[in-house]
Amino acid sequence: MNALQHLENFLQALTSGLLTGADYGLMCVGLSLIFGVMRVINFAQGDFMMLGMYAAFHAVTGLGLTAVLGDGAGPYVAAILAGPAVFVVGYAVHGLLVGRVTGVAGGRLEGDGHHAQLVLTLGLALLLQNGALIVFGSSPAGIATSLSYSAWIIGPLAGDWVTLFINQAQTVSAIVAVLVMLLFTALMARTRFGKALRAAADNPHAALYMGIDVERAYRLAFALGVAITAVAGGLLALSTSFQPYVGIDYVIAMYAGVVLGGLGSVTGAFMGGLTIGLVQQLSTLVLPAQLQNTAVFVLFLLVVFLRPQGLFGRAVRQA
Amino acid sequence: MTMAKARPFLAIALFALAYGAAILLFDNAYHRLIITLVPIWAVLGLSWNLFSGYSGLISFGHAAFFGLGAYLVAIGAAQWGLSPWLGIPLAGGLGGLAGLLIGLPTFRLRGHYFALAMLAYPLALLSIFDWLGYQELTLPRRQDAPIAFMQFAGTHVLPLLSLALLVAAMLLTRWLERSPMHLALLAIKQDEAAAEASGINTRALKLKAMMMSGAMAGVAGGFYAVVLLVVTPGAVFGMLVSAQALTVAMFGGVGTLWGPVIGALVLVPMGELLQARLGDVIPGIQGVIYGVAIIAVILLAPNGLYWKLRGRPAIRVLTPRPGALALSPPDRGTDILVVEDVSRFFGGVQAVSGVSITVRAGEVLGIIGPNGAGKTTVFNLLNGFQKPDGGHIRFMGRRIDGLRPSTICRAGIGRTFQVVKPFPGMSVLDNVTVGGLGAAGAEGKAWAALEMVGLEDIAGRPADSLTSRQLRLMELARALAGEPRLILMDEPLAGLGAGETEELVAVVRRLAATGLTIVIIEHTMQAMVRLADRFLVLDHGRVLAEGAPEAVTRDPRVIEAYLGRKWMDHAAG
Repeated sequence: MNALQHLENFLQALTSGLLTGADYGLMCVGLSLIFGVMRVINFAQGDFMMLGMYAAFHAVTGLGLTAVLGDGAGPYVAAILAGPAVFVVGYAVHGLLVGRVTGVAGGRLEGDGHHAQLVLTLGLALLLQNGALIVFGSSPAGIATSLSYSAWIIGPLAGDWVTLFINQAQTVSAIVAVLVMLLFTALMARTRFGKALRAAADNPHAALYMGIDVERAYRLAFALGVAITAVAGGLLALSTSFQPYVGIDYVIAMYAGVVLGGLGSVTGAFMGGLTIGLVQQLSTLVLPAQLQNTAVFVLFLLVVFLRPQGLFGRAVRQA
Repeated sequence: MTMAKARPFLAIALFALAYGAAILLFDNAYHRLIITLVPIWAVLGLSWNLFSGYSGLISFGHAAFFGLGAYLVAIGAAQWGLSPWLGIPLAGGLGGLAGLLIGLPTFRLRGHYFALAMLAYPLALLSIFDWLGYQELTLPRRQDAPIAFMQFAGTHVLPLLSLALLVAAMLLTRWLERSPMHLALLAIKQDEAAAEASGINTRALKLKAMMMSGAMAGVAGGFYAVVLLVVTPGAVFGMLVSAQALTVAMFGGVGTLWGPVIGALVLVPMGELLQARLGDVIPGIQGVIYGVAIIAVILLAPNGLYWKLRGRPAIRVLTPRPGALALSPPDRGTDILVVEDVSRFFGGVQAVSGVSITVRAGEVLGIIGPNGAGKTTVFNLLNGFQKPDGGHIRFMGRRIDGLRPSTICRAGIGRTFQVVKPFPGMSVLDNVTVGGLGAAGAEGKAWAALEMVGLEDIAGRPADSLTSRQLRLMELARALAGEPRLILMDEPLAGLGAGETEELVAVVRRLAATGLTIVIIEHTMQAMVRLADRFLVLDHGRVLAEGAPEAVTRDPRVIEAYLGRKWMDHAAG
């Protein structure tokens, strides 16, 4: 292998890192609303993402979206529809379970309910994973679009040595992910709901006295957080196969991204997720494929040990 | 041994007999497997409990220790011809070592980050063992040496060994519950800072607990490999393993000997039998059961079945144990504590700048000053909660700046807090005993300290039922139990009524009369002028004035900065 081939490998890994990274970024945006802003730890975030994947899958196969919209656009619409579907689940789960150990209710528990949150959402993760196994079965599923097998080819460059393949499905997914992220940023910055939520997260008691329905704001935020991650899952499902236990592979990566981006910052979380995607793909240049996730874990540990305030955010108060 | 002391051992013996009899009753191979697995998961639950149940730091990573133990035994048997009889103890050693290596960096993290990092270790190990090519490792049949490889002809031997392992783990837990380490871990669980300030080296203790817990989990994993004969990364490092450790302990009862055993007895057979009966139709039913069990426990009985059934421990009536405090003070008048030019910044704010204080043995030094003057920061620098950015501190001739709070406490500086820091779930006696754990005879010292402050009659009451006067006295007794040479009291009268103030003042005077050196921060000037031999006034992080109370309270700078005109009128009038 000569230097140019190395360059080609590097550029290819960089491209796919950026493309999957955008999806990771969106996943992290969803989690940052829950973990970064509300300081609720949700171990089941990856499993809500898995629900998003199956929601998109069933929207494609069950609703016949591809028949109506064509197999180019149909799956993307399905991925977006995963959002509202998981939003409803998230809203119910928060109302019935998570809300009882977080927020104002959590404040009454030992250690602000942190211990209870950790354990409760672990139970939720087990329930969702195994419940999905019962409902959806264990065989890997995937959503194919007409774009999944097509790529834009750049090159050959540098005298036939460097040719890049850019997967079209992944590229469109990345664009959709960025658009959803921008939409969400606008929602948080511009709307009454966004302001109420930021106030409720910053100081629940003060917000309560200002007439904000804090419990409802939290419930909506939790539902919105898992819904955004679910959309990211739906987009990811277009280029990867999945099964009910897929969430656990992503949950550490998501937390790594949120912490890396600095808690409480939406754009930071997106950049954090992007970085995780890049690290994961670039690690394949030097590490065997099985150790991709290990590379992410090591990065996560390095970040929490060395720079818990994140790389992108300003230093924030410790929880 | 008296009856009361023998009872827990009797209970363990009865349980072992009953379980042993049950083992002999089962002939069906599948039921025998379940009855072998229950003790293994109970041991893993006890291991989790030993660390997380007592210390309160939630570990989602016990699969790391379990899996390392399982792989050590499996690789040993398959590749090195190593007998499990040796392999399992080695697995314990490996688990302990992993506990040390994981604990050293991870204890720097708190709360959420600690839990997440702990989750990452087994998952990282899972992919590493996958990559190493151990996707499925089978322990070979060794007909040449069946007993050396725990492949017994008698079908009841393995379940009985499993039970023996559980009994050993229960006895170890029982020993821990009777050791000073138990009380110290409970103190860490309730208030780590207060535990550290009371002389407990929290870091070393957590490491010790993590190593013991890791060793126990490693042994459980090693034995699991022998029982199942096949080891896969997912089965031993997977999230379900860590979850199972936590679930059996939390379901049965956190922080108890019997909790994890009860949890395993209920949940393991339930999950396994449902899996066997319905697993083909409803795969994942076991995971659903564990998930539902965890959620139900958290919402309905956050401390587990054991506590739900047993209820809150009643108020105990305790018989005092004779003990004495050696508060032998150094020679009166010598310089016991010398603070030289100490500074501390927070960001750009100078909380304390260039402060020098000399405390003489046997005196009561009162520190006064307006809010935000840096009084509590000075205490935090003295007891090691914060490290000075400049200057040094000597106590009885020894440099103490930069030492751990627990080391400073053991060197002879006790302290109380502006906002009381009790261990709310513990009895008054236990609260105070924590302060004396640094030396032998802690309970006797605790009784002596309680007598000094007049709380011996309520020694058996839970701390969260006390009034603020009693809490302040209890905190003082906790500091005294460590046999300090000098005691730092941060606003001991805050929040007390007039009569209560008098009582506390009387106690402090009594302590001063024994020759104990006292440095006290207080705003109640009426009490302060009666208590202190000397005043030191802090303002904006600097020493404003120092000297006899009469002189200091007439100093115009002090009046302007702190006492105010009213004081002058009052003093004049």
